[in-house]
Amino acid sequence: MNMIVDRESLSDNVVKLVVEAPLIAKKQNPGQFVIVRTDEKGERIPLTIADADKERGTITLIIQKVGTSSHKIANLAPGAAFLDVSGPLGRPTHVDKLGTVLACGGGVGIAPLYPIARAFKNAGNRLIAVLGARNRDLLILEKEMAAFADETIIMTDDGSYGKKGVITVGIEEVLVREPVQLAVAIGPAVMMKFVALLTKKYNVPTIASLNTIMVDGTGMCGACRVSVGGKTRFVCVDGPEFDAHEIDYDEMIKRLNTYKAEEKESYDSYLGTLP
Amino acid sequence: MAVDSQEMNADRSQDWREELRGKMNAKERSGLPRVTMPELPPTERITGFREVNSGLPEEMAVREAKRCLDCATPSCVSGCPVNINIPGFIKRIEKGDFLGAAQKLKETNALPAVCGRVCPQEVQCEALCVYQKMKKPPVAIGYLERFASDCERQAGAASATPLVNNSGMQVAAIGSGPASLTFAGQMTKFGCRVTVFEALHELAGVLSYGIPEFRLPKSIVRSEIAYLEAIGVRFERNVVVGKTLTIDDMKAQGYQGFFIGSGAGLPKFMRIPGENSIGIYSSNEYLTRVNLMKAYQFPAYDTPIVRGKRVAVVGGGNTAMDSVRTAVRLGAEKAMIVYRRSEQEMPARIEEVHHAKEEGVEFLTLTNPVEYLADNEGRVRQMKVQKMGLGAADDSGRRRPVAIVGSEYLIDVDTVVVGVGTDPNPLIPQSIQGLEVTKWGTIVVNEETMQTAVPEIFAGGDIVRGGATVILAMGDGKKAAESMHAFLLEKAARG
Ligand SMILES: Cc1cc2nc3c(=O)[nH]c(=O)nc-3n(C[C@H](O)[C@H](O)[C@H](O)COP(=O)(O)OP(=O)(O)OC[C@H]3O[C@@H](n4cnc5c(N)ncnc54)[C@H](O)[C@@H]3O)c2cc1C
Ligand SMILES: Cc1cc2nc3c(=O)[nH]c(=O)nc-3n(C[C@H](O)[C@H](O)[C@H](O)COP(=O)(O)OP(=O)(O)OC[C@H]3O[C@@H](n4cnc5c(N)ncnc54)[C@H](O)[C@@H]3O)c2cc1C
Ligand code: SF4
Ligand code: SF4
Ligand code: FES
Repeated sequence: MNMIVDRESLSDNVVKLVVEAPLIAKKQNPGQFVIVRTDEKGERIPLTIADADKERGTITLIIQKVGTSSHKIANLAPGAAFLDVSGPLGRPTHVDKLGTVLACGGGVGIAPLYPIARAFKNAGNRLIAVLGARNRDLLILEKEMAAFADETIIMTDDGSYGKKGVITVGIEEVLVREPVQLAVAIGPAVMMKFVALLTKKYNVPTIASLNTIMVDGTGMCGACRVSVGGKTRFVCVDGPEFDAHEIDYDEMIKRLNTYKAEEKESYDSYLGTLP
Repeated sequence: MAVDSQEMNADRSQDWREELRGKMNAKERSGLPRVTMPELPPTERITGFREVNSGLPEEMAVREAKRCLDCATPSCVSGCPVNINIPGFIKRIEKGDFLGAAQKLKETNALPAVCGRVCPQEVQCEALCVYQKMKKPPVAIGYLERFASDCERQAGAASATPLVNNSGMQVAAIGSGPASLTFAGQMTKFGCRVTVFEALHELAGVLSYGIPEFRLPKSIVRSEIAYLEAIGVRFERNVVVGKTLTIDDMKAQGYQGFFIGSGAGLPKFMRIPGENSIGIYSSNEYLTRVNLMKAYQFPAYDTPIVRGKRVAVVGGGNTAMDSVRTAVRLGAEKAMIVYRRSEQEMPARIEEVHHAKEEGVEFLTLTNPVEYLADNEGRVRQMKVQKMGLGAADDSGRRRPVAIVGSEYLIDVDTVVVGVGTDPNPLIPQSIQGLEVTKWGTIVVNEETMQTAVPEIFAGGDIVRGGATVILAMGDGKKAAESMHAFLLEKAARG
């Protein structure tokens, strides 16, 4: 059993959970994820390890409520437990001292970006964070990022905070201004697609961390497959990070919609079970 | 593994066996017709996941047991990869000692209720039964094996007292498929402390996530696991060895020997255009969603699945048959097998092909997909296939399929399941230094001992053989246990 030891709301629909998982806390590296299940009937849900405390034996998960399973997870209170947590899965980020690294996070993608950005900073890079959200209320982890970043640029779609505009506007501002050795993009698939197009224009090597649909997370099913450089790769074992300029985003976006009708049916039936 | 013919002879010379042999002569015995397995009618079974074969009633089982001639040199035994004392258990059934029969089975086979259901008997034990020489249907060894073990389980008679760890040895099994389960049972009987580490949240490997309920009820698998737990085997779920724990971590925890039974779980795709369209599954994903995640009970269970109306399953093995019969049960109006060779070359068991046909599955043989066509949303709508002819025999001795130019045509589909085989999962071989691995990704072992290039690591089952069978995996697990035990004893003696 993996007990929830701490819970905090980061925004209306984003929750942070600190979970007991000593083995995983010891083994994890930035870029890796876990697969959790809340109950006997639950799905296997992939979530990035946003942080870990080896001494305490805990990992931190940050969850955005989007459907049935993420609601179930976000509603877990301290003292409750996950039925299963397995990991750490996926390959860790390859962290090197490169010069200037641009960390681009959109929405809940800022959560998985946070440990990666920190690792690049600790490796001696100049770290510029560009964080995007639809509005001020949906922006998460700004303070945590700003605590170590050399510069933090905030973009909101509606201009309710930071600068008004999509994230690529903030990114381009940096790219015209100074040389960047690496960009890391994590967020919704469309966002990563446009960030990749932009950094390609400026010839900046870029990695994206993908959040495809998964089942086992161990390379056994192929649900998570994407086309990278024309080859089929499994996100759970070959990724989750890939060269952002080689990913077939359109195919990935379509595949993310596989269960649209079922997700709605499931969510409606879930809401029906709530008091 | 050598047949212990001395022990079998001694068993055969017991008074009761001689007496039983005298009760009927060979002519009378061989004159009896082979039983037919009672089964749910196709119209009823396709509405759900209930087991298709209902099992022999007592009277039928005893009658079938009478057919066995109790041969002095039973050829059937050499057809069984673990050399079960076949006449020994069958004659106990004839005598009415069903629990005795089950015990006899358990002496060599830790999972008889599973093997009796899923072994390809027609190419193993039953293929070598002396009845084949008389041009008569062989003794239904598989049905009887299932009968005896089901009797034992229903009687709640499986004796399970915790065994003591008196050897002071502690060993680990990686993966919880039939290879590891057999290894774990055997090592526990040798007095070792055994822990089985499984990556998934459920135990038993393909027996849980692959083979469907209608062929192998999960309650049977669970009771086999419960038995192992009761004798003292420990199970750790959600541990991905190589990620959560490494072999070095386990060594530091005091484990002295390791058995790798991590299977061949990596699905193969065909790498043809459109294969990543929505609605195209690997058979592993399709079966896992249904068996492990219970997607057929969606939305009561949270995991969804595309319930296609026109489903094509590519392949001709057990996996393909399991997938297509699952599609039928999920409500497909048209369920098709698309296979590039002819029906004769299909590796699936005859029974599976027969059952699939009864359930309305269409067989498009000598047909191979070359492309998938999708709509604007990316959902598969059609598959382009090509007709095949049969050329000269290939390495496997089967005639090689050759494409017929210009024979392409389109089939309307909304779901496709690709069941063309699996490769070993590279996770374990990659994470352990010093292992020798073939170009197919299987782990190299000494076939006599199942020992790998790293002395304290043994391996067996599909990770060594590629996709094989349950009983071969079990045979490997047992062999590995015996040689690991000997290895650890010797090491301890050397100090
Ligand atoms: C490696 C990896 C790491 C992830 N890390 C995190 C994380 O740290 N925090 C977090 O909140 N989420 C993360 N996700 C996404 C998370 O797994 C999904 O949000 C979750 O599966 C949705 O399940 P649901 O039943 O709540 O929603 P559903 O009912 O399944 O879906 C509701 C909506 O969300 C969209 N959606 C479904 N699955 C995904 C997905 N995998 N990614 C993006 N959108 C999806 C659907 O298109 C739909 O619009 C990660 C995914 C992967 C593969
Ligand atoms: C759909 C289907 C139908 C079949 N039908 C038949 C049949 O009718 N008759 C027959 O004889 N055979 C059949 N087979 C083949 C048979 O199931 C296999 O040969 C057999 O299960 C192999 O056993 P195993 O112990 O080697 O591995 P598996 O049963 O594959 O189990 C391996 C286990 O190891 C786990 N694992 C993998 N990596 C790790 C890791 N790093 N850490 C921890 N755990 C790990 C996996 O999750 C899995 O649970 C079928 C196979 C399939 C897929
Ligand atoms: S284990 Fe399989 S091969 Fe051996 S006797 Fe039983 S059914 Fe036949
Ligand atoms: S060969 Fe056939 S008849 Fe002879 S012992 Fe075996 S099962 Fe019985
Ligand atoms: S999630 Fe099944 S292979 Fe990646």
